[in-house]
Amino acid sequence: MKKITYFIMTLLLTVSWSCNDEDFLNRPPTSLLTEDQVYANDDVILSVLGDLYNRYNDFGNTSNWASISNFNEAFWSNAGNYGDFQNAGWGYDLGFTWDYGYIRDINQFLEKVEAADKITQASKDRFAAEARFLRASYYFEMVKREGGVPLILKTLTYDFSGDPTYLQYPRAKESEVYDFVIKEAEEIKVKLPASVAEKSRATKGAALAMEARAALYAGSIAKYGTKTPTVSLPGGEVGIPADKAPGYYTIALRAAKEIISGSAGAYALYTKKPDLSENFAALFYDKSNNPEVIFVNDYQLKYRTVGFTISNQPRFGAEEEEGGRINPSLNLVQSFEKLDNTFAPIPTGTSSGSGTPIYYNNQTDIFAGRDARLGGTVMLPGTQFKGRTVDIWAGVQLTDGSTISGDDRGAQKTLPGTTVPRQVVGFDGPIDGFEFTAQTGFYIRKYQDPIVGSGRRGTQSEVWFVRYRYADVLLTAAEAAFELGDPAAAAGYMNQVRARAGLTTPLTPAQITFDRIVHERRVELAFEGLEFFDIKRWRLGQEIFDGVPISTVSDLTSNIGKATKRRTQPWALWPYKVYAPGTPNDGKWIYKEKQLSRVTGSDRWQLGNYYAQIPDGIISNNPKLVRNPNH
Amino acid sequence: MKFRYKSIVPLLALGVLFSSCEKDNYAEPKTSLTGNIVYKGEPIGVEFGQVRLQLWQPGFGKLAPIDAPIDQDGSFSARLFDGNYKLVFTRNDGPWQTINKDASTRDTTMISLNGDQQVDIEVIPYYLIRNVTFSKEPKKVSSSFEVEKIITGTDARDVERVSLLISRTQFVSRANNIGITNKEGADVAGKTSFSLSVDVPTISPSQDFVFARVGVKIKDVEDMIFSRVEKIQL
Repeated sequence: MKKITYFIMTLLLTVSWSCNDEDFLNRPPTSLLTEDQVYANDDVILSVLGDLYNRYNDFGNTSNWASISNFNEAFWSNAGNYGDFQNAGWGYDLGFTWDYGYIRDINQFLEKVEAADKITQASKDRFAAEARFLRASYYFEMVKREGGVPLILKTLTYDFSGDPTYLQYPRAKESEVYDFVIKEAEEIKVKLPASVAEKSRATKGAALAMEARAALYAGSIAKYGTKTPTVSLPGGEVGIPADKAPGYYTIALRAAKEIISGSAGAYALYTKKPDLSENFAALFYDKSNNPEVIFVNDYQLKYRTVGFTISNQPRFGAEEEEGGRINPSLNLVQSFEKLDNTFAPIPTGTSSGSGTPIYYNNQTDIFAGRDARLGGTVMLPGTQFKGRTVDIWAGVQLTDGSTISGDDRGAQKTLPGTTVPRQVVGFDGPIDGFEFTAQTGFYIRKYQDPIVGSGRRGTQSEVWFVRYRYADVLLTAAEAAFELGDPAAAAGYMNQVRARAGLTTPLTPAQITFDRIVHERRVELAFEGLEFFDIKRWRLGQEIFDGVPISTVSDLTSNIGKATKRRTQPWALWPYKVYAPGTPNDGKWIYKEKQLSRVTGSDRWQLGNYYAQIPDGIISNNPKLVRNPNH
Repeated sequence: MKFRYKSIVPLLALGVLFSSCEKDNYAEPKTSLTGNIVYKGEPIGVEFGQVRLQLWQPGFGKLAPIDAPIDQDGSFSARLFDGNYKLVFTRNDGPWQTINKDASTRDTTMISLNGDQQVDIEVIPYYLIRNVTFSKEPKKVSSSFEVEKIITGTDARDVERVSLLISRTQFVSRANNIGITNKEGADVAGKTSFSLSVDVPTISPSQDFVFARVGVKIKDVEDMIFSRVEKIQL
């Protein structure tokens, strides 16, 4: 038996000797694609590009609910975030981003696509243009946050010589980076499709919208940078000379006009729904033939979903016991103007005005006659979401002026003169210091998905995040025209946006002021992640966040609509149900302004917040980088 | 409970294991550098933790500053290893102008540390607060003071706002207070003497004293100049 085994083994070894080992071992892997294979096929190249799209960087995005609702436009009804309302401002690292790995990957993609010889010239052009759009977008993102950064436009390779100095590039001027973004947009717009239907890939419209926004930012930094002379560097890495402002505004207006004229496709304001508030909300969640949306971060159910609705849905009766985090502040709510184009506080009568409360038959009456965008941005007490009325009321008001409330959602108490306990506080709050209730009296409406299942953890939502939209382009045109001394044209653009919001009395050219421009962008683009950059480019930070608390109602309700209106603390507006049996006011509603006990700090903008601090580690690696001012 | 010899064995084993460890590889820094930010020998009061003095030690490794935050009374301190350090203010920080000593070092202070050392750094503040008095009334703290303009000429800046702040603790700042009264605009334009009063809110848990100080905000300068902190018995 042993002999036979030896014999077989010897035979096998002899036979295997004759195999060609080179061939046998050198087989192409089945789980990896080589670069030559990748850049030989449109579909595979597209998936590489898809990764680059996924890494697009937003300051504010619905995937991070806090990021779009900062700067006291909302209170965060989430115990872990109360600290943000108890501190005195923001750190110097706010918004810092420095992903040169991403830049390198884009540069590498561009070089490989350029060298590819198995795909058509048309696909080459489009892929290259899209990658350049992403690269310009990221440089735009960096220049907004850190000022001028090194412009690296090819892949850099280390030669392992021990001396990396040839890889160290100094920072470009702030204006040079903006010029780069504008130039790239101009060059790629002809190579990108002029297609309104394409939302998640770069189009001609997206390139132009980026160009218009970049030029607008650069122009306003040049113009308003003179307000903060210490926020600049002698080498121009931060700060743009004031004489460049008209040039940038001209570019912004030209690029915006190119979209408005229809040369990039038939973009238009979204006006599908008859109810103007619902229409404004739908413009963000309606994904079929939406003519307003230009470029988005798209989501799709089952594959790539977003949990924004879960985090922020009205908590009561929601699909999960979760939600209610973003509570828009009264400061923002009251800045939505009245239909006659004037500004006015929300008329409560209690602590502001005459001192006697104003009684309302319905909870929503107090908000009547205002900009329709209010109801589309903010979920007001008494309005509906997913067919359910949000139950927001703080307590029961008795005839002697005292209130009865509870400390749990929907708490019940026995009212004087009765024997049966009844509900004395809404199931959605507000209860001071009770997280996930509507502590300011409001929930957010914008970007909430009304589809069934959007509030379930296992399903989530496919509502996209809009990066560029037509109304934003119109407001860019309006601002650029205004800054160039053409208020008539500015009024024309702005009135289109306002008419869609129900403000049908047009503003006259004389009524267009800097305050109006700031106000319009604030209410139209609230919770879209653009607030931060508007504050920065207009150099408004130290004026609106001056560290002085908003301690009285008259502080809160004065100067509404002014660009420099103080925003250091978020306020709340609490509804109360009147209990006065036998009197005409029984069952009516009154409202009271309220300072939340969790808001103890007042924000102060430091000059060092205008440009994020470049960490010491990065500067140590590349001593050619100069520090940002005030750091 | 019966004494069990076995239960002690794991403890003994642990003791043997850890006896071989030293607490740390390096000795801690022992040299202390202290000092004040002064104008003609007089310390300048600022907000706690708002104005930074940076210590740089060039020579090895990656460069990163050691922050020596300036205390409310204008003092700073740091525990360091002996060596050569550069002391700098971050640009535009502080309610003052720094003094350029010569063209090469600019306003950097070079320090060669060998044993404890005290270094006062001379700066020129825009204003100084003089003759501060605090007084108390029921549920109220009042203060009067004067400001002296130090920097005149082209670099002069106006007073933007004056504030009286009270706090439960000795840390009194814009970020940390229980009451603040501001005067700005026409109330401060062109004036050099001010009087302010602030209501004392109900303090919980209750205490019968507050700390108060006054501050001056200078136009286009981020950090305010403050008086000394005074404890006021209510």
